[in-house]
Amino acid sequence: MTRTLAILLRNPLSALGVLLITLVVLAAVFADVIAPFPDHRGAVVDFANFNKAPGWPYLFGTDLVGRDLFSRILYAYRISLFLGVVVLAVAVPVGVTIGLAAGYLGGWTESILMRVTDVFLSIPPLVLAMSIMGLLEPTLFNGMLAVTAMWWPWYTRLVYNLARGEREEGYVLAAEVIGSSRLHIMFREILPNCVPAILTKMTLDLGFVILIASSLSFLGLGVQPPTPDLGSMVAEGAKYLPDSWWLTVFPGLAILVAVFGFNLLGDALREILGVDE
Amino acid sequence: MSEPTLLIRDLHLSFRTYTGIIDVLHGISLHIAKGERVALVGESGSGKSVTARLIIGLLQMARGTRVDGLLQFEGRDLEKLSQSERHALRGTRMSMIFQDPTSSLNPVYTVGAQFHEVLRRSAPGIGKTQAMERATALLDEVLIPDPARVLASYPFQLSGGMNQRVMIAMALANEPSLLIADEPGTALDVTVQAQTLKLMRDVVTRHGTSVLFISHNLGVVREFADRVYVIYKGRLVEQARTDDLFDNPQHPYTQALMRAIPRITGGGIPDIEEASERFHEPLIVHESCGEPGGAR
Amino acid sequence: MSSVTRLILKRLGISLIVLIGVSMLIFTIARIIPGDPARIALGPSASPEQVEVLREKLHLNEPLPLQYGYFLADLARGDLGVSLYTNRPVTADIAQFLPATLELVLLAGTMMILIGLPLGILSARYRNSWIDGTVRVISILGVSAPSFVWAVILMLLFAYFLPLFPVAGRISDSYAIPSVTGFLLVDTLAAGNIAAFANALSHLVLPAFALALSGIGQAARLTRANMVETYGRPYIEMARSYGFPERKIARRYAFRPSLIPSLTIIGLDFAAMLGNAFLVEAVFAWPGLSRYGVAVILRKDLNAIVGTVLVISAMFLIVNIIVDILIAIINPRIRLSQRST
Repeated sequence: MTRTLAILLRNPLSALGVLLITLVVLAAVFADVIAPFPDHRGAVVDFANFNKAPGWPYLFGTDLVGRDLFSRILYAYRISLFLGVVVLAVAVPVGVTIGLAAGYLGGWTESILMRVTDVFLSIPPLVLAMSIMGLLEPTLFNGMLAVTAMWWPWYTRLVYNLARGEREEGYVLAAEVIGSSRLHIMFREILPNCVPAILTKMTLDLGFVILIASSLSFLGLGVQPPTPDLGSMVAEGAKYLPDSWWLTVFPGLAILVAVFGFNLLGDALREILGVDE
Repeated sequence: MSEPTLLIRDLHLSFRTYTGIIDVLHGISLHIAKGERVALVGESGSGKSVTARLIIGLLQMARGTRVDGLLQFEGRDLEKLSQSERHALRGTRMSMIFQDPTSSLNPVYTVGAQFHEVLRRSAPGIGKTQAMERATALLDEVLIPDPARVLASYPFQLSGGMNQRVMIAMALANEPSLLIADEPGTALDVTVQAQTLKLMRDVVTRHGTSVLFISHNLGVVREFADRVYVIYKGRLVEQARTDDLFDNPQHPYTQALMRAIPRITGGGIPDIEEASERFHEPLIVHESCGEPGGAR
Repeated sequence: MSSVTRLILKRLGISLIVLIGVSMLIFTIARIIPGDPARIALGPSASPEQVEVLREKLHLNEPLPLQYGYFLADLARGDLGVSLYTNRPVTADIAQFLPATLELVLLAGTMMILIGLPLGILSARYRNSWIDGTVRVISILGVSAPSFVWAVILMLLFAYFLPLFPVAGRISDSYAIPSVTGFLLVDTLAAGNIAAFANALSHLVLPAFALALSGIGQAARLTRANMVETYGRPYIEMARSYGFPERKIARRYAFRPSLIPSLTIIGLDFAAMLGNAFLVEAVFAWPGLSRYGVAVILRKDLNAIVGTVLVISAMFLIVNIIVDILIAIINPRIRLSQRST
C-alpha cells in the first residue's frame, strides 16, 4: 500500500491524479466547512447578488437567483461521489458474480447469462439509463438504480473473459482434482486473480459514473432542483451563453477535474498492477 | 589466412537503469572464419543473446546501452559505419533466426508476402511472380513439400517445424555471409528440432555461410558447430574445437555444463553446483584456437 | 459461399436474437413501471370509460407475454405504434429525426478514426518521448468530460469568442433544400448547391468534434497500448533484423496487428456516441433524435420510447457487424476459421 503510493507519487501524471482526487474528496467531505455559503446548496434566493461574475466573495460567480456557484459545486461533488460509490457497491458484486459463474461453469449457464448480458450491452449506455430514468420518477435513488442497471454488465464481461482464461490454468485444475467446491474455486481461486483488473476498472469507473450521472441530470433526467448537481447546473447555464459563461464553465470544469483525476489514477494503477486494457 | 567474416574484440556492454549501471559483457573476443560454424554456449543471462543483437545492431537502438570494443564484419568496423550503411547490411549480408519460429513471423501476412519483403531488401524492384519463383526454390531447398501451398498460408496455419524451415529459407534468401541463429528451435519438439538443425547444417554448408550458433544446449551444439565458445556471466571461459571440448573440457564451468547433459544410459540426475567460485577462473584456450592477432 | 458471407449471416443471426432480447427488456421495463400508460396518455381529465377503451385498444388488459406477442406482430409489419406525443406513427417520427443524428454520429466516428488512430500510432512510435506524454494527456482529457461539457466549451471558444462556426442548428434558414435522404450533406450535393453544402458542413463541425472527443481519446489510448504490446513481439525484432525501415515496421508490423483489438473498442465507442449524441444535440439545438427522445421520455410516451431505443440498438448492432467484418478482413485467423464451421 505505502509502496504503491510511493510509485504513484513518483510519476508526475499519477501524482496529479492523486492530488485531484484528494482535493475532490476533501471538498465533498468538508463542504460544510469549506463552502463560504453553505445554505446556498438549497432553495435560497439572494436577488441582490444574482448573476455576478467571478470575484470576491463569489469565487466562481453566482447563479440567476444569487447563489454562490463555488459552494454549490462543493455540495454537488458530495452527491456525485456518494452516487458513484453506491452504484459501484451494487453493480460490481452483481456483475462479478454473474461473470464468474458464466466464465467458470460454462455450458448453458454461460450461454444464458452471457446472452442476457449482451442484450444490456447492446443498448448504448446512456440510452438505457435515460429510458429507465424517464419511466421512473427522477429521484436520487432512481438515478442510482438506472445507472446501476447499465453498469453491471461491463463487470460481467470483464470477469467472464478473465475467468474463461483462468479456468484453463493449472491451479484451477489442481483445486478440482482435490475436490474443492465450485463456489470455493470461483470465489477463492479465480476471483483473487481478477482483483487487479476489477480494482483498476473501479477506479476508472468512479469517474465515469460521475460523468454519466451528470449527463442524465443535464438532460433533466437526474437529481431535481434545488439539489445542487453539476449536470443540471451546466444545462441551466447553457441558456445564458455566452454572457454568463461562468454558469456553465465552472460546473463543467468541476466534472472534468474529478473524472480526469480518477482516470489518471486508474491508468497508473493499470500500469502498476499490470492489467491489460 | 583470409579476413574472418566476423571479428569481435574486447566487447563490453552495459545498461544504464534507474538503479544504476549493469555490466552485461566484460570484454569478449571471438571470431568466425568464412564458412565456419561457431557456437556460443552458456546459460540464460550469460550474455549470449545480447552478443547476437549487438552484431546485428538491434541493441544499440535501445536507450541506456553502452557498447565498447571492436565489432568487425567482413573487414569493416561496424561501429564506424553510418546508420544507413549499417542498416543496409541487415537482411542482406547478415541475417538472424529466432527462437520461436511461429511468433517470429508476422501473423497477418502470408508466408509468400513476407518472403517478398525479404527479397526486396536485396532486389528492391523484384516483382511478385519473380519473388514467388525464388521463394519456391528456397523452400525446395529446405525440403518443404508443396511450397506453393506454404507460400499462400499464414504462419499460424503451419506447424512449428514448418515455420522453422521457412525462417531458415528466409534468412538465407539474400545469400548473407553471416547467419546468426539465436537458440533456434528451442520452442520445438526435440525430434523436430534435431531434423531442422541437420537440415540447417546441410544448407549453410552448401551456401558457404558463416554461422554464429547461440545455444544453452551442449548436445545440440556438438552436432552442429565446428568450434565452441563457452560464456559465463559475460566472460568467455573456454574456447576449443568442438571435438576437443567434448573430449577434454578443462574449465570448471564447462565441466559442470557437460555433466548437466542428461544421459540416456541412466545414472540418475547429476549433482551440479549452482555456482562456484571456480566458474570465474580465467579463459582457457585450447590449442590452435587462439584469436587472430593473439587477442584474448 | 465465401467465408465472409458466412460470417455476415452468422453475425446477422446473433444480432437478431439480441435485438429481440432488447425489445423484451425495454418492453418489460415500459410495462412494469408504476402508472397506467392509458391514463398517462389521455391525461387526468379523461373519464374512466375513455381510459378503459384505450386500455382495451392497447391490449393492456391482457397478460404481459400476450401483450409482447401483439407488439412483436406489429413490429414484424414495421409498425411501432403511434406516438402519444406527436400523434404520428413512431416510425414516421424516427424516420424524420434519425438522419440528422446519424449524420452527426457518422462524422464524429470518422473524426475519431482519422484523428484518434494516428495519435495513438504516433504515441507508440515515439513512446516515452514528449509526443507520447502530450498525446496521453490529451486522450485522457478527452474521455474525462461528458460530451455536453466539450460542446459548451467548444461553442464558447469557436462560435462566440472566435466566431468561426455557427452557434446552433443544421443549416442557415436562407437555404431551402428539398429533403431526399434527410442527410443534409448528401441532399445539398444532390441539389447541386455547393454554398448550402459548405454551410451545412460548418454547422456540423463543432457538434461532431464535441461528440468525437472522448472517442478520439479512447481510440488513441487503445491504439497506443496495443501497439506498444505488439512492438514487444518477436516478429517486430525479426523485421528489424531484416533491416526493414522503421516506417514500414510501424505500419505493417506494429499497426495492422494491433488494429484488431482497437477496432472492437471503436465499435463500442460508436455505440456510446449514439447515446452521447443526445447530449450534444441538446447544446447545439440539433434537430435530431435526441430532442424527440428526451421529449417522449419526459412524457412517458411508451411506444415512442420503445421504438427509439430499438432503432438505436439496431444501429449499434449494425455498426458492430461492420466492425466484425472489418476485423475478419484484417485478421486472417478469424477469416479462415470461418471456413471450417
